[in-house]
Amino acid sequence: MKRLIEYTKILRSKNAGPLFITFDLIFNSKVDMKYVENKLTKAEISKAYDVNEEKISIISYEVVNSIKITFPRKHISGNVEDNDIYGCQQHMALANILI
Amino acid sequence: MKIVALNGLLGYGYSEEALEIAFSEKVDYLGVDAGSTDPGPYYLGSGKSFTDRKAVKRDLSLALPKALEHKAPFIIGTSGGAGSSEHVAWLKDILLEIAKEQNLSFRLGIVLSDVSRDYVIDKLKNGKIINMSDEMPLCEQAVENSTKIVSQVGIAPIIKLLQKKADVIICGRACDTAIYAAPCIYKGCKEGLAFHMAKIMECGAMCSEPVAAADVMQAYMYEDYFELCPANPIRKCTVDRVAAHTLYEQSNPYLIYEPDGVCDLTNSVFTQVDERTVRVSGSEFKVAEEKTLKLEGVKLAGFRTICPATIYDPETIKNIDLIIKTVMDFVKANTKDTLSKDSYTVNFKLSGGEESSLGIVIDVVGITQEIADNICSLVRSRMLHCDYKGRKSTAGNLAFPFSPSDIHVGEVYEFSIFHLAKVDSLLETSRILVEEVNK
Repeated sequence: MKRLIEYTKILRSKNAGPLFITFDLIFNSKVDMKYVENKLTKAEISKAYDVNEEKISIISYEVVNSIKITFPRKHISGNVEDNDIYGCQQHMALANILI
Repeated sequence: MKIVALNGLLGYGYSEEALEIAFSEKVDYLGVDAGSTDPGPYYLGSGKSFTDRKAVKRDLSLALPKALEHKAPFIIGTSGGAGSSEHVAWLKDILLEIAKEQNLSFRLGIVLSDVSRDYVIDKLKNGKIINMSDEMPLCEQAVENSTKIVSQVGIAPIIKLLQKKADVIICGRACDTAIYAAPCIYKGCKEGLAFHMAKIMECGAMCSEPVAAADVMQAYMYEDYFELCPANPIRKCTVDRVAAHTLYEQSNPYLIYEPDGVCDLTNSVFTQVDERTVRVSGSEFKVAEEKTLKLEGVKLAGFRTICPATIYDPETIKNIDLIIKTVMDFVKANTKDTLSKDSYTVNFKLSGGEESSLGIVIDVVGITQEIADNICSLVRSRMLHCDYKGRKSTAGNLAFPFSPSDIHVGEVYEFSIFHLAKVDSLLETSRILVEEVNK
């Protein structure tokens, strides 16, 4: 078991508009990408981010050995409760999932 | 046809040498994106820019004479950061100042894209509003509460102004892609290639390595493909970088949604042409049966006062939940006769923990600035001296980095509208103006 971040060369989060957060996982090899793609579950993401499984989208983009994960932000960007307006520091809960 | 992107955001800077190189051959169009919703709702609400005036003026004053000399229309998207008419006026003022200083004359095209509350309510009543997310439905009250609403226009109004021979075009809120796709489609390029190129170019040299939003990017359009090459010789485009760029800030790497339709990258092919150049082909466009424009609106949520502080004592950090509860009970009891409890909200923005130190921002938003000040002051003073069992550091719990400790942030806005509107015409929210500058 390794932390998810150890399989990736890029692991980032960012707003996809103020309502959604999107994560890009770019891998060093197709083997790593496929391995993570098969092991990572929506249930784990749901638990890590307290988001409904049905609202999570996972899309593989093989051109650059990557996986994209998108779901609604817990708080809309800039709302009084929000702590990360650009959404670019939300990746650690994902990074720490054990694969 | 050669198109140049000044950088990824007007006011972020770029290399002057790279601009010289880009303009050392014939340039047909120059573009730059000047806005984003990334910095949050404040800027649309307040009418202010998140970019600095001096920095924006620097970026424009080097590029404007080059574009005019090359007779390359200069297209600027989402003026002033958020694209309301106030933001457009701010950018226009800078342009006119440069024109005067450098004695430049040109035809200025302006696209205003503000919409009224009545326009949105009418759409809502006629079932023409589509939610972007289930978490944010729209009701009439939310529209009524909105203090400013803009529509994100696509290529249509820019093409109108190119037809009117505008030398410089400044847009209100516009799709980032429209800046670069509009001139290509106007000149007859394939839409799929035009939008894919535009999606990459709108971030400047972000698709190159070393990566930089703050540098000049170049695209060459051909019949069946386009090529990308950064102007700055220290950078290069690689297949990986260019292909990976379509992941950025998008919810789906294969589909780019536009007011006119969808750009589909499923069959895109990326080829390394030389060390610094990448060729892209195969990107397709599907025209939407139903045309839509995105609406963005904000409401005033209150007035903010904050107090940043740090706790270094691990014993204090261990007791933080208790301290916060004690403080809030005290504040409620102290203001029960003078303030209703829904006239303010207090958030403790915490970072770090026992193993290092605990950073705290006491964040108070009140319905008036006076209430926010009042509550922040009470929270800060009570928290500083809050007791807990076994406390040794009885002189104070908080390290304040500043005097004054409390900071007025002012108006707080929140997004109230972020929805699609079905439209009869993609020009129905655009107001198009043409002015002669120094002519």
